Amino acid sequence: MNGYREGMRAALASPLARSAGYLSRRLGRGGGTSLPGKVLLRAHPTAVAHLGRRLTGGAVCVSATNGKTTTCRLLAACLATDGVAVVSNPAGANLLTGVATALLDGTGGRRRERRGLFEVDEAALPEVVRQLRPGVLVLMNLFRDQLDRYGELEAIAGRWRAMVDALPAETHLVLNGDDPAIAALGTGRDATYFGVDAPALGAGATSHASDSTRCRRCGHPLTYRYVTLGHMGDWMCEACGDARPPLDVAVTAAEMDGTRGQRIHWRTPDGDAEATTTLPGLHNAYNATAALAAALRMGVPLARAATAIAGAEAAFGRAERVVLAGRDLVLLLAKNPAGANTTVQTMLLDTGPLHVLVALNDRTADGQDVSWIWDVDYEPLVERIETLTVTGDRAYDMALRFAYAGVDRTRIVVDPDPGGALDRAVAGVPDGGTLYVLPTYTAMLRLREILVERGAATEFWRDR
Amino acid sequence: MSVVRLCHLYPDEMSIYADRGNIAVLARRLEWRGLRLDVTASELGDALDDGHDIYYLGGGQDRDQAIVAHDLAGAKADALRSAAADGAVVLGVCGGFQLIGHGYTGTDGARMPGVALIDADTVAETGPRLIGDVILDADLDGEQRTVVGFENHAGRTRLGPDVRPLGRVVHGHGNDGRSGHEGAVRDHVIGTYLHGPLLPKNPWLADVVLRWALEHAGASQVLDPLPDDLEVAAHAAAAARAGVRR
Repeated sequence: MNGYREGMRAALASPLARSAGYLSRRLGRGGGTSLPGKVLLRAHPTAVAHLGRRLTGGAVCVSATNGKTTTCRLLAACLATDGVAVVSNPAGANLLTGVATALLDGTGGRRRERRGLFEVDEAALPEVVRQLRPGVLVLMNLFRDQLDRYGELEAIAGRWRAMVDALPAETHLVLNGDDPAIAALGTGRDATYFGVDAPALGAGATSHASDSTRCRRCGHPLTYRYVTLGHMGDWMCEACGDARPPLDVAVTAAEMDGTRGQRIHWRTPDGDAEATTTLPGLHNAYNATAALAAALRMGVPLARAATAIAGAEAAFGRAERVVLAGRDLVLLLAKNPAGANTTVQTMLLDTGPLHVLVALNDRTADGQDVSWIWDVDYEPLVERIETLTVTGDRAYDMALRFAYAGVDRTRIVVDPDPGGALDRAVAGVPDGGTLYVLPTYTAMLRLREILVERGAATEFWRDR
Repeated sequence: MSVVRLCHLYPDEMSIYADRGNIAVLARRLEWRGLRLDVTASELGDALDDGHDIYYLGGGQDRDQAIVAHDLAGAKADALRSAAADGAVVLGVCGGFQLIGHGYTGTDGARMPGVALIDADTVAETGPRLIGDVILDADLDGEQRTVVGFENHAGRTRLGPDVRPLGRVVHGHGNDGRSGHEGAVRDHVIGTYLHGPLLPKNPWLADVVLRWALEHAGASQVLDPLPDDLEVAAHAAAAARAGVRR
């Protein structure tokens, strides 16, 4: 009886909520990617559980500090190869409201087989998982990020631990074995581990922004045979013997072509595979491997998954390339120390002088505390920077960061207005040159709006 | 060339709020004046040398801070107290502020010992963390200035009679959200919850620290003024953000 009443409430609330999204788009208030869900959840707090039952093909959730959006995009491409409809949330709408909105949009109409594929915010994940009960849960990494919003890394790791402990046995975990905090979640469960099994791709030591370098079991400092990104790599504890689990799906080699992409080689339980992708950098090798591991688990044949990954394009703002006034712009979202460090390392693979525009905002979605920019290793860029423009709410904080990194302060162009800064940055790039744009999340949205106005990019809510 | 010697206490555990930004600022501001900062790390289990001019202790995750507290109050406490008594600068930020006081009592009742360089005690409250932009009217080294920063702490710190606050809270929560006090100062020991980090946008405070450190090092150099154009603009932008979010 209660179930029926709940169902009725969801059914009655749904059309109202859907029209909220339509109105939001019509009124030019962005994509309406979360508002309908917000309306629905107010009337019906467990709507995600109800609507989720219409996903007859099951659901997969993907969460991480970095790489959620790209991994979902790659996994969507893999799942699309078998013709089953996929319901997914667009990038950025990754709270419970965004998942609810996607379910509203995607589960109406006649009943055919549908799968759900959702990227979920780290803090929102436990509630989304509790309601949705996904068959596959992909957990990729936890890095220091927005301490004012998420709290310390240990707090998120603790909530994820409790979430995993409450999962039904049939939920399959796809875990990054290279991240000690993520690998620990698989203890005593059925899990697929992915990672990088290629010492040649590693660096010597953990970076300054590393967070999770103590043994989860005994507290002793971890030893690394090699480090890939931050605290990820081939880790072990010399005190208690805990170590990276054997990797089921592993990168065995990758040939990097700077910010233009790479060729990735994998070892999987179904054999070896490779893909050439336009997604650059080791962080994207992780994203592609997470997508591949999840796709294999969901029954997509290896060759088809690898082909789908090779054919997928960058998600908006993530190594997305656009042309403006004859100049190539590459948008490299950089919103926390680990992500920004990877971006810097990827840029350094390109040869030649660098023209750089950095945009720093401090809004809720960016984190109001801008301290994190001092945890990013921008120093290796200093010698290579030809022109540097900084913009955003906290443009002067970013200017200071580069001045103390060693860039001559008289050469830093500061313009808090993103449109003006974009013009000045582009004007400094020679014909055929590339402008590297490193924005935080809301700064990226604003810069993309400007690029859309100028016809250089498409609106993001059309970018599914 | 005059050299200032800085000891960074527990950089592996106590650096989550971009604490190395503070050290980078001290290093550059000396370098731009033809001077040099030598940085040594002192980790868990290391002996502490009391001959440094500056001791820096930043913030960490709760688990790490508890490990550090016992190490600091054990083998390192005497050297740190002796250095402070000798006029060395001690700068404790966030967790570091808590540990240079009497100690910290967590929500679970567990007590982390402090080294009692300042008369301050911290107790965690179950209420919301104190998070947000902060503006202070600070009074230090005979000067009154505005200090800007960002706070994010669960602990509420109360000052005893033997210490004065770093500043009066104009915007934000401060030590305990009630007293209107932020931070603590006694001789050359400074504790504060402000990161952002603290020193890049408060170059005046950075130079007070350097002046004290040079004095301790026995160097006679006067710190020449630096352009500080970006520093002043960033300070103003942070203060304006705090105003908007009021």
